[in-house]
Amino acid sequence: MSATDPTPAGQVPDAAGHFGRFGGRFVPEALVAALDELDAAYRKAMSDESFLAEFDALLRDYAGTPSLLYRAERFSAKIGARVLLKREDLNHTGAHKVRNVLGQALLTRRMGKRRVIAETGAGQHGVATATAAALFDLECVVYMGEVDTQRQALNVARMRMLGATVVPVTTGSRTLKDAMNEAMRDWVANVDDTHYLIGTAAGPHPFPEMVRDFVRGIGDEARAQCLDLTGALPDAVAACVGGGSNALGIFHAFVPDAGVRLYGFEAGGEGVETGRHAASITGGTSGVLHGTRTYVLQNADGQTIESHSISAGLDYPGVGPEHAWLHDSGRATYLPVTDAEAMAAFELLCRTEGIIPAIESSHALAGALKIAPALAAELGREPVIVVNLSGRGDKDVHTAGEYFGILDREQ
Amino acid sequence: MSRIGVAFDKARADGRAVLVGCMPAGFPTVEGSIAAMKAMVEAGVDVIELEIPYSDPVMDGPVIQRASDIALAGGVRTADALRIVEAVAATGAPVVTMTYWNPIEQYGVDAFARDLASAGGTGLITPDLIPEEADEWLAASDAHGLDRTFLVAPSSTDARLRMTVEHCRGFVYATAIMGVTGARSRTSDAAPVLVARVREATDLPVGVGLGVGTGAQAGTVAGYADGVIVGSALIRCLLDAPDEAGGLTALRALSAELAEGVRTPRP
Repeated sequence: MSATDPTPAGQVPDAAGHFGRFGGRFVPEALVAALDELDAAYRKAMSDESFLAEFDALLRDYAGTPSLLYRAERFSAKIGARVLLKREDLNHTGAHKVRNVLGQALLTRRMGKRRVIAETGAGQHGVATATAAALFDLECVVYMGEVDTQRQALNVARMRMLGATVVPVTTGSRTLKDAMNEAMRDWVANVDDTHYLIGTAAGPHPFPEMVRDFVRGIGDEARAQCLDLTGALPDAVAACVGGGSNALGIFHAFVPDAGVRLYGFEAGGEGVETGRHAASITGGTSGVLHGTRTYVLQNADGQTIESHSISAGLDYPGVGPEHAWLHDSGRATYLPVTDAEAMAAFELLCRTEGIIPAIESSHALAGALKIAPALAAELGREPVIVVNLSGRGDKDVHTAGEYFGILDREQ
Repeated sequence: MSRIGVAFDKARADGRAVLVGCMPAGFPTVEGSIAAMKAMVEAGVDVIELEIPYSDPVMDGPVIQRASDIALAGGVRTADALRIVEAVAATGAPVVTMTYWNPIEQYGVDAFARDLASAGGTGLITPDLIPEEADEWLAASDAHGLDRTFLVAPSSTDARLRMTVEHCRGFVYATAIMGVTGARSRTSDAAPVLVARVREATDLPVGVGLGVGTGAQAGTVAGYADGVIVGSALIRCLLDAPDEAGGLTALRALSAELAEGVRTPRP
C-alpha cells in the first residue's frame, strides 16, 4: 500500500484501516475528505477526557449500561455448559446498537453537522439512530429496503414517532444492501452537513475500527463481570455475526487472552449448501463491498448475491473486515447456524429462562449449544461460555409466531 | 500517446471539447448495446465510455442503476463487456471502460488489463478506487499500456488532487457536483473551479461529468473543460423509447445535439 503514515509494524488496523489484506477504503473520491474529517474527529475524541466522560455518562444514565452478566442456569443445564448471558437486550432501544449510535451522535455534534443518515435492515439500527437523533436534536433520514419496510412496519412507525424520515428503497433487491447503497448516495450529495451513521463494524475506514471502539464496552464489562462471578476467564465467547459489531464488541477485550476461544456464528439460513444463507465467511469469497475488502457473497463476476436469513439483522451479504482478518489469522472461529437451529435455541431460552431473545442473538445461543459437547470433552468439565445476548426479541414476535404456528388466524 | 490523448489533442486543435458518451455494456442486450454505441459514434460522440454493470453502483443515479439492472438481469458478464469493447473499438472511436472495483478484482486485475488491452480498450475509469488502494491496478495498467482515470471531486484537498492526477494517464475525470450521476436542470458552479484546480496540477485533459443532458449544457461545460461526459441523458433515450428503433433515433438526435454543443463552447 502506498500509505505513508508511520504505523508500527503489525498494528491492526494500520493507519489506512487495513486488517491484514482486508479493510481499507474503496469509495468515491468525493467521500475521502469526509472520511478523513471523521477519522480526525474520532481520534481526537478518543484521547479527549471530556468526550470519554460524556460518552460514559450517556451509556450509564441513558442507555443503562453496564448490562448484566447473567448466569442462565436452567438453559445451562439443558446444554451441558455454564452459560453466562451478556444482557445487551436490556439496554435502551433493546440491543447493543445504542452504544455505537450514541458514540457517533456525539461525534456528529462535535463535527458541527446537523443531519444524520442511516441504513437499516430489520429497523433496529434505524430506531437506535432515530433515538439518538431525537436526543441530540439532529435531522434524521433512514434508508430501508422497501421489502423490509413491509416486513418491519412496527419499526417504521417507531422511527417516525421519534421524528425520523424513513425512505423506502426501491432499487436492486430492495433490502439492507440496497439501503446501504442509497445511504452512500445521499452521503456523497450531502456530505457537508451530514454524517452517515453506519450501523455495523463494516464500510470504509475508519468505520470498522470506530464502531468496534464504541461497542467494545460489551467485552470490557463482560470480562470483568466473568472474573467477578466465576473467578476466572471464560473458556469461550460466542456471538452472532451479520456485519459483526456485537461480536467485535464482545471479542475485543478477550483477543489477548489466548485461552479464551472466540466463536462467531453466521446466519446459515436454509443451510450453506443450499446457497440460501448469509454466511459470508463460511460461504463467501474475498471481495470489495460497501467500501471495504472483506468476505462477500458474490458470483464469479463479482456481482453481489442476495443473502437469506430468517433474521433480518443478519441478512447481509458481507461482514466487517476485522472478522475476515480474525478468521484468516485463526484467532476466531466462524461457524454457520441454520434458521432451524437458531429458532430451536430461541424457543429453548424462552422456555427455560423467560427471556425472549432476538433471532439474531438466537444464532449465538444455538452456537453455544453446538460447541458445548466438544468443548466439554476437550476440557474434561463443563465449559464456561459467555454468550452475547445482543438484542431482545420483541421485534421478532411476528416472525417467531409464524415460524412456530402459534398466531391465531386473523379475524 | 493513447488514442484518447489523440482525440483530446485533435479537439483542442479544432477549438472544441471532446464528447464522451456513456452506455452500460449489455443494455438493453449485448447486441443492442453495440448498436447503441455505434449509433452514438455515427452521430458525433468522440469517445465511448463503456460501463461494466455492477450490482451495487454507489456513484450512479437511478437511470444508470436501472440500465445496469436490466443488463445484469439479461445475464451480461465481464467477458461479454470485453467483447463489446472490441466491437465498438472497431469503429475507430476510442473506448474507455468504467466500472467499480469488485468486478475487476474478481476477473483478476492483470488478466483484465491484458484482455482489455487486447480488445482495443484505451483504459479504465475507477469510481470507487482511490490511488492509495490501487497498487495492483497501477502495475497492471503499466504492464499493458492502459490509461488510468481516477476521479477528483470538489471536496478533494489540493494535496489529494495533486496526488490523484499524478496517478492518472489519458485524462482526469472531474466530478462536477457532489452527488450521483444523472442529468440535472443546471450544471454546477463548482465545476469550473475544480477544472481550474486540476489545470494547476497537470497538463492532462480534464473531462467533466455528472449532470449534463442538453446541447446547451454541453456548450457551457465545453467553455472550460476538455471533455464533456454524458451518461444518464443518453441512456434515458433508450429507457423511455417504445421500441429499439425509436430508442436509437432518439439516441442519435441527442448525440448530434451534444456534438453540436461541444463545438460551440460558451465562455
